[in-house]
Amino acid sequence: MLHIYCPHCAETREEEEFRPKGEAHIARPVEPEATSDEDWGNYLFFRKNPRGLHHELWYHAAGCRKFFNVTRDTVSYQIHETYKVGQKPSVTADKGAAK
Amino acid sequence: MQHYSGFGLVKHALTYHENWQRAWRNPTPKKKYDIVIVGGGGHGLATAYYLAKEHGITNVAVVEKGWLGGGNTARNTTIVRSNYLWDEAAWLYEHAMKLWEGLSQDLNYNVMYSQRGVMNLGHTLQDMRDIHRRVNANRLNGIDGEVLDVKQIQEIVPIMDLSKNTRYPVMGASWQPRGGVARHDAVAWGFARGADALGVDMLQQTEVTGIRKNGNKVVGVETNRGFIAADTVGVVTAGNSGVLAKMAGFQLPIESHPLQALVSEPMKPILDTVVMSNKVHGYVSQSDKGDLVIGAGIDGYNGYGQRGSYATIEHTLQAIVEMFPIFSRVRMNRQWGGIVDTCPDACPIISATPVGGLFFNCGWGTGGFKATPGSGNVFAATLAAGKAHPLAAPFSIDRFISGKLIDEHGAAGVAH
Amino acid sequence: MSQQNRLGTGGRIDRSRPLRFSFNGQTLEGFAGDTLASALLANGVDVVGRSFKYSRPRGIVAAGAEEPNAIVQLGATEAGQVPNVRATQQALYGGLVAASTNGWPNVDRDLLGVIGSVGGRMMPPGFYYKTFMAPASLWPKYEKYIRKAAGLGRTPKEKDPDIYDHINRHCDVLVIGAGPAGLAAALAAGRSGARVIVCDEQDEMGGSLLDARELVDGRPASAWVASVLAELATLPEVLVLPRTTANGYHDHNFVTLHERRTEHLADLAPSINGRRQVRARMHRVRAGEVILATGTHERPLVFANNDVPGSMVAGAVSTYIRRYAVVPGRRLVLSTANDHAYRAALDWADAGREVVAIVDAREHPEGDLVNEARARNIRIIPGSAVIEANGKKRVTGAQVARIDIGGFKVAGRVETLSCDTIASSGGYSPVVHLAAHTGARPEWRDDILGFVPGKVPGMTPVGGVHGKSAIAEALADGAAAGVAAAQRTGFKVEAPALPKVAKVREGKAAALYQVPHVKPAMRAPKQFVDPQNDVTAAGIELATREGFESIEHVKRYTGMGFGTDQGKLGNINGMAIAARCLKQTIPQTGTTVFRPNYTPITFGAIAGRHCREFFDPRRFTALHAWHVEHGAKFEEVGQWMRPWYFPRGNETMHEAVQRECRAVREGVGILDASTLGKIEIQGKDAREFLNRIYTNAWTKLDVGKCRYGLMCKDDGMVMDDGVTACIGDNHFHMTTTTGGAAAVLDWMELWHQTEWPELEVYFNSVTDHWAAMAINGPNARKLLAELTDDIDLARDNFKFMDMREGTVAGVPARVYRISFTGELSYEINVQANHALHVWKALFEKGEKYGLTPYGTETMHVLRAEKGFIIVGQETDGSMTPEDLGMQWCVGYKKPFSWIGRRALTRPDTKREDRKQLVGLKPLDPQLVLDEGAQIVLEKEIRIPMPMVGHVTSSYYSPNLGHSFALAVVKGGSQRIGQTVYLPMADGRVHAAEVVSPVFLDAEGARQNV
Repeated sequence: MLHIYCPHCAETREEEEFRPKGEAHIARPVEPEATSDEDWGNYLFFRKNPRGLHHELWYHAAGCRKFFNVTRDTVSYQIHETYKVGQKPSVTADKGAAK
Repeated sequence: MQHYSGFGLVKHALTYHENWQRAWRNPTPKKKYDIVIVGGGGHGLATAYYLAKEHGITNVAVVEKGWLGGGNTARNTTIVRSNYLWDEAAWLYEHAMKLWEGLSQDLNYNVMYSQRGVMNLGHTLQDMRDIHRRVNANRLNGIDGEVLDVKQIQEIVPIMDLSKNTRYPVMGASWQPRGGVARHDAVAWGFARGADALGVDMLQQTEVTGIRKNGNKVVGVETNRGFIAADTVGVVTAGNSGVLAKMAGFQLPIESHPLQALVSEPMKPILDTVVMSNKVHGYVSQSDKGDLVIGAGIDGYNGYGQRGSYATIEHTLQAIVEMFPIFSRVRMNRQWGGIVDTCPDACPIISATPVGGLFFNCGWGTGGFKATPGSGNVFAATLAAGKAHPLAAPFSIDRFISGKLIDEHGAAGVAH
Repeated sequence: MSQQNRLGTGGRIDRSRPLRFSFNGQTLEGFAGDTLASALLANGVDVVGRSFKYSRPRGIVAAGAEEPNAIVQLGATEAGQVPNVRATQQALYGGLVAASTNGWPNVDRDLLGVIGSVGGRMMPPGFYYKTFMAPASLWPKYEKYIRKAAGLGRTPKEKDPDIYDHINRHCDVLVIGAGPAGLAAALAAGRSGARVIVCDEQDEMGGSLLDARELVDGRPASAWVASVLAELATLPEVLVLPRTTANGYHDHNFVTLHERRTEHLADLAPSINGRRQVRARMHRVRAGEVILATGTHERPLVFANNDVPGSMVAGAVSTYIRRYAVVPGRRLVLSTANDHAYRAALDWADAGREVVAIVDAREHPEGDLVNEARARNIRIIPGSAVIEANGKKRVTGAQVARIDIGGFKVAGRVETLSCDTIASSGGYSPVVHLAAHTGARPEWRDDILGFVPGKVPGMTPVGGVHGKSAIAEALADGAAAGVAAAQRTGFKVEAPALPKVAKVREGKAAALYQVPHVKPAMRAPKQFVDPQNDVTAAGIELATREGFESIEHVKRYTGMGFGTDQGKLGNINGMAIAARCLKQTIPQTGTTVFRPNYTPITFGAIAGRHCREFFDPRRFTALHAWHVEHGAKFEEVGQWMRPWYFPRGNETMHEAVQRECRAVREGVGILDASTLGKIEIQGKDAREFLNRIYTNAWTKLDVGKCRYGLMCKDDGMVMDDGVTACIGDNHFHMTTTTGGAAAVLDWMELWHQTEWPELEVYFNSVTDHWAAMAINGPNARKLLAELTDDIDLARDNFKFMDMREGTVAGVPARVYRISFTGELSYEINVQANHALHVWKALFEKGEKYGLTPYGTETMHVLRAEKGFIIVGQETDGSMTPEDLGMQWCVGYKKPFSWIGRRALTRPDTKREDRKQLVGLKPLDPQLVLDEGAQIVLEKEIRIPMPMVGHVTSSYYSPNLGHSFALAVVKGGSQRIGQTVYLPMADGRVHAAEVVSPVFLDAEGARQNV
C-alpha cells in the first residue's frame, strides 16, 4: 500500500486516491503520419518495464485530478521522488538513488 | 526413470522408502547445448520435455536462477480452461487442454488435473451478450461450452447467493465442464522429471546475466556459472521477460505487474467447481486439501516485488463474500503475489525476436498456468523448426506493429 | 471430571465467575480469564483432535498463535459456526460450544486412525503424485475421497448475521506487541505526546510478563504491567488495543490490525441497547514509525512420537501454570537445550507436582535456573534428550538417552522414565513474520540460533524479536526505541526511568532441533516437525533425497508450514533438518517467505461493510422516484440505475417495449437521459482540443450548434461517442456514454496535462448537475411548445442539431434538437433539482399527445432501426470508425493528426476483410436472433468451422413489422444481399440476409420536420 506525495497538493496521501498510468515521459511522435509503422507500434506498446528504478505517471484521480511523475523502485516499491509533468527526474538509474 | 505406481508405493513402504531415486539430476553445465531454455518454470520445463519427446532434441539445458517451478508456476490459482473468445487464442488454449487431459499418464506423474468445470458468471445484460458470443464461438471451434441460467447455476453451486439482493445479481453464466484445476507444483515437477529422464539438463541456481550475440545472432548465455553456448535460445521467464529482453538489446510490449492470490484455511468440501466473475471481480475454487483458492485483481502499477496492495485483497474478499455470504466466517490463511507480464491485448507472445536464434515465450499475463503444456508444446516445435508453429504464429511480436492484436481482455479472467 | 488440573490458588483467572461450556458434547466448566485451551487442560482433556493424514490423536502443544493441533469448530447455532478456531486464542465464555474438526466417529474412538496407522507407511510426502493415475477415468473418484479426508472445519450453512467494520488510522508510532519491550516503547513514546497505537493479540496485555518468575521493582511483573496500562490510559493520544493482532505489514508502514471486538464474548455478536455490536474491526493503520515487539516462539524438540498428547513446549507449561493455574499433568519430564525452559520444571514443582527429570542436551548446564533446580533436588540428566515418547492418547513415558549432537546419533543406553507430560524446548525463534511481509528477508544469527527481522524502512525491532529476551534488556531496548521513534516523528521526550529487574544468568544454549533416535529417521517412529500437516523429519529427509533441495521445494513437497499456524511451531526445525540432510548450514538453506496473514482472519472482517449496497455505489437520477412509482424495471449501466422499460398492468417486457416503440414513432415518448456523461470544456483552445481528441472536425461548429463525435484511442479503436454542443466560442458541452464518463474525463485530462499543456482548456464533470429529458416523436414539438414561450421552435429557426437556451416549464433550460431515435426530438436539460418539476409538467401537458415514458430497451430498438451504434455493444475495443461505416465522422483532412488517426493506416487496420457493421434481416421475419450468435457462411455445420462475425444487437421492430439485427461481419460491406447462417446451441441453424444497418428512414426525413 503505497503512500504517495502529490506534488500539486503538497501532501502525502493514500494509494487509493491515485491511479497508476504506466511509464512516464513517453512523448507522442510529433508527426504521426511521418512515423513508420514500427515506430508507431513502439510508441503505442513497447515499454522499458525496468526491474529497479522506474519513472512512471500517476493520476491523483480522487484528489486534485492532476497527473504527475513518480520515481519508484519496482522491487522495493520505495518512492524516491515525485515531480510535476514537464520536469525531469533527479533520481535516475545512471545517477543512482541520490536520496 | 523410476516408474511411479500404487504398487510401487507399497513396495517402497516395505523398505521404509529408502530406495526412492532422485526425481531429477543436479548436473554440471556442459559447455554447449543444442538449445538453451532460460527459465525453469512450468512453460520452460514443458518446452524442454516436448523438445526431447516430440523432436528428439535432448542436448538441451533449462537454466533456472532459483528453483524449478518457483515463479508464477508456484503462485497461481491453478485454473485450467480453454473458453477463449478469439479463434487464435481458443485454438492455443484448447491445444493445451487436450494435453492436460492425458498429462498425468504421459508424465507418469499425477498432476491431479481435476475436470470439475469452470463457470464464468454474467451480471449485466452486456455480460450475457458477451457470454453468448464466446460460448457460441467456443462451440463452433469444437470447445465444450454452455450458457447456464440462474436455475442451472443453482444446481451446480447451491451455496452461491443467486438472489436479487446482491449488488450485482447473477444473470447467467458460461460453463466449460472440461475446465478445472490442477496441482501447480506437480506440473513443474512432472515435466522436470520427464525431461530429465530424456536427457535434458536442469540447471538450478544458474542465473543468466547476459545474452551473448555474434552480430545479430545469439551464440549463448552468460551465467553465474559461466558461459553456456547454444545457437538457439528460448526465453521463458514470466515475470522477468523485460529484464531478459533488455539483456538482448530490445524492448517488449510488456509491463510487469503484481497479481495477488490468497487461500483460506482448509475446509471440508463445500465448493465443487471453479467460479469466476469479472464483474464483481473474484474467482474461487477449493483445492483438494480444502483451501478456498482465490484470485485477486492485478495491481495497476509495475512491480517485481511479488506483493501488491492490500486494497486489492480487500476488494477481492468483498466480492467473495458478496457471492458466497456463508464464507464470511471462513478465515483467510495466506496471501501472496506473483509477477505477471501483461501484453496490451491480454494474449501472449510466442515469437522470434530481432536477434537471430533467440525466441521469446512470454506475456501470458494472468492466464499462463492453464496454457502450460500447450505453450511448451508449440514453443518446442518453434525452437526445433526455427519458425513459428502454426498455433504460435498469430502470437508474434509483429502484431504490435501491424495492429493485428487479439484482444482477450473479456475472457482473460482478470480484466485490467 | 471437574477441573482436576486446576490449582487451588494463583493464576489470572476470575474464580468468582465460573463458566460452563461444551466440548465434543461434554459439558465442562472453566473460569473467566481462561482460554478454551486452558479450560480443556484444566478438565484433563487430552485429545482435542486428529491429524488429517494419519489420523493420530493430538493434544494441546502450545499456549498461543503457534498452536497447531487444538483447532476446533465453534458455534452453538448454525449461523454462529466458526470453523478452525485455535483453542489457545479463544477466550472462554459461558455457553461456548466447541467440537474437534477431525475424527470419526469421534476423536477418542477414531476408526480412521486404524487406517492411518496401517496406511501411514504408504503415505510418504508426495505419495499422491506417484499414484491414482491408472486408470485415468478413476481419478475423479479417488479425488472425491481425498477431498473428504482433507480439510479441517466446515463452513456455516447460513449467512453470517454479524457485521464487521474498518477504520483508517494514522499514528506517529505503532507498537506491535505489549510484552516488556513493547510496553516500555509505548510508554516512552506515549509520554512525548506522539500519537501512539499499541496492540497485542492476547486478551490481556503484558506478554511474557504475565507469567514471568522475575520481580519488577520488587513486585510481580504483572503489577508493573497494570501500572503502565493505567498510565497509558491517561495519555489522550495513546490508543491501547488488546485482542488486536497485527496481521499484515505492507509497504510504506501500512499495517492492518485485526481487533476482535466481541469474538471473546460469544459466537454471535451480542446486542447492547438493541444495537448489534461489531464482531471484528480492521484498523488500517498508516504509521510514521513501527516498533516491532513481537517476541519469540519456542521451538519444540523433534523426537519420535513427539505428537502424543501430553507433549508440549516448555513455555506453554509455564504459561498454563502461572497464568491459568492449570497444571496439565502429574509427572513431568523436561527435555531442553537451554536454561530458559527450566522455568517449566520450577513452575511445575512450585505447583506441587512431580518433576521426574530435566533432560538437558548440554554436557554441563550452568546458570541461575539450573542451580535453582539443583537446589530443589530435581534430577538433571545432562548430555541427553528424550528420544521417544511412549503412549497413544496420552504420554505414559519418556525414552531418554545420551546423544551426540554433532554426530547426530544416540550415544548411550536408553532409559525409560515414567511420566504423563513431556515438555521440550529447542530454543526461541524470533517472530519475524510481520517484517518478512514487506519483502525483507530474515537474517540468521548464530548467537541466538534464530532468524531476526531484515531491515525495513521506518521499523525498529525491540526485545526478543532481535534477541533481547531477558526482561531487563527488553525493557531498556523498548524504551530506547520508543524515545527514538517519537523523536523521529517530531516529538521531544526524555528516556523514562526503567524499573529494576534482577538479572537471571543463563548458560549458552545448544543447537538442537531433531533429536537422533536409535533407528535412522526413516525407520524410527514418526518424528513430527509440523504436526498439523503430519510432516515428519523422515518426510523432509525423503524430499531432499528425491531432489527437492530448495527449502521452497521441501516445503511444497512435504506441506511443511502450509497449515493454519503457518509453520510458527515447526518451520525452523524443518529448515534445520533440511540443512542437515543437505549438509548445509541453516542460513545457506534459508527460510521460506512469510506472508500475511500473521494469523488467519475471517473473510468477513477483511470485507468489512463493503458488501451488498456498499459493495459498489449505485447512482440514481433526479427522476428515480418517479420511475419507481410508475413501475419501471431497471437496468444498471455503469452504476446508474436506468429505467429499462415501463410495463403496464400485466404486460410482458416484449409487450411493453413494443408499445413504447410504437408510441415514440407514432406520438411522443420520453426518456430520462440524465445518465449520459456530461463534461464542460472551456478555454480559448477548447475547439482545438476537440479537433485533436475527436475523429471529426470541430473548427467550423457555430455557437448554438451540436455535432456527433467519435473518440478513439491512439490504436485507432473506438472508445466513446456522444454529441457535443458549442455553447460559446470558448465553451463546449460534451456528452459521453453513460458508462464511459469518468474514463473520458481522465482521458482528456491525460492528453491535456501530459501532451498539450500549452492548450488553454479546462474540463469539469457536470453529469450530476444537469438532468436530461429526451422527448421523441412526431408530437415532440407540439408538446414542448406548451411549456416554453422564449424558445422559437419553428422548423427553420431551431433546426436539427441546434441548441437553444431558454425557459421550459418556467425554469432555465438548454434544449438540444438531437435525436437518438431518428424522430423529431428535443433533449431538454435543466438543473437537476428542477428535473422532477419539468418532467411532471411535460406529463401534464403531454397526456393528450399520448406521452409515453420509455426505457433503455426501447431506446435500443429505436436507435438500432436507424443503425446507430452503442459503444461497448457494437464495439469491443477492436472496431475502428471505418469498421463501423462511419467514414463520414472521420476528419481525414484535419491538420492535426488526431488521436487514433495514425493507427488507421497500419497494415492490419487497412485490411479489407476486417469486421464491419452491417444489418441482418432474418429470413423468418418473426425470429429474433440471439445477441452473441456467431455467423458462418455455410448452412452445413462442421465443427470446427470458420466464423465471420457475430450478432451485436437484435430486436423485433413493430415499426418495421419484422425482426432485425445489427452485426459485425468480415468484409461485411461487400456482402450486402448475401445469406449468412447462425448455428445455435440447440442444433438449429438460422438464416439471415446481410443488409444495410440503417433499417428505417435512411434519408432522415422523420427528424427533419
